[in-house]
Amino acid sequence: MVVWTESELSIINSIFSSLDYEDIGPKALCRCLIVYPWTQRYFGGFGNLYNAAAIKSNPNIAAHGIKILHGLDRAVKNMDGIKETYAELSTLHSEKLHVDPDNFTLLGNCLTIEIAAKLGDGFTAETQGTFQKFMAVVVNALGKQYH
Amino acid sequence: MLSKKEKELIIEIWEKLTPVAADIGSDALLRMFASYPGTKTYFSHLDISARSRHLLFHGKKIVQAITEGAKDISQLTVTLAPLQTLHAYQLRIDPTNFKVQLFSHCMLVALACHMGDDFTAVAHAAMDKFLSAFAAVLAEKYR
Repeated sequence: MVVWTESELSIINSIFSSLDYEDIGPKALCRCLIVYPWTQRYFGGFGNLYNAAAIKSNPNIAAHGIKILHGLDRAVKNMDGIKETYAELSTLHSEKLHVDPDNFTLLGNCLTIEIAAKLGDGFTAETQGTFQKFMAVVVNALGKQYH
Repeated sequence: MLSKKEKELIIEIWEKLTPVAADIGSDALLRMFASYPGTKTYFSHLDISARSRHLLFHGKKIVQAITEGAKDISQLTVTLAPLQTLHAYQLRIDPTNFKVQLFSHCMLVALACHMGDDFTAVAHAAMDKFLSAFAAVLAEKYR
């Protein structure tokens, strides 16, 4: 079982309550599709992803980015049961969407970068460490149902 | 690999960072130690607390080496030759992509904190590619 200190719980809650999901979500997903273009393979039905400009103005991608952030919110609201919270989503990503779980880390990295860009010096080394621990738990949970 | 535009963007970013080389480098190192504690084992002989003399000196050295490498990416193997030998035979830091990607990732985060919105997705992509190439060349002499 993952153990969270009071400080870590506080940091995670503080980060997420400072985020505008409608802004950060789309930005993180767009960044992922631009920096790691192979991730576009999962978004064939989303419309024009031809270049960075097209990706950034694609409304389907934006909507999906927001969806992802709300998905993360579920973990934030249930820090002691992240594995259980994501069991269904894990099965979905494995059986239906066929997403290589390595990609979860890539998206996590892009979200980290977006939060860093937003918070600047406020995203201290300690804050980053805690956030990365959280993302590692999330990524692990999402990969749990793959077989 | 890297387009002409990307190479120019990379040079532009690193030259702008030259005055704050020690800050950016030490920030990246500190982030790596906080997120991946195993990396601290390579620095047990130094004082790596925040803003320590060792950390700032070391951070500056790393950023200067990266800036030098950025000036002519096609010549990375030549530019990095002495550092290749150092890392392979003396320092023997585990070069598996994993470890070097840990530092690269933290360098990208340090850049994002410093540059905010200027660290666009396009700049991020170019920088990630460059740092990967840099890391690969640095590990070339290990075996």
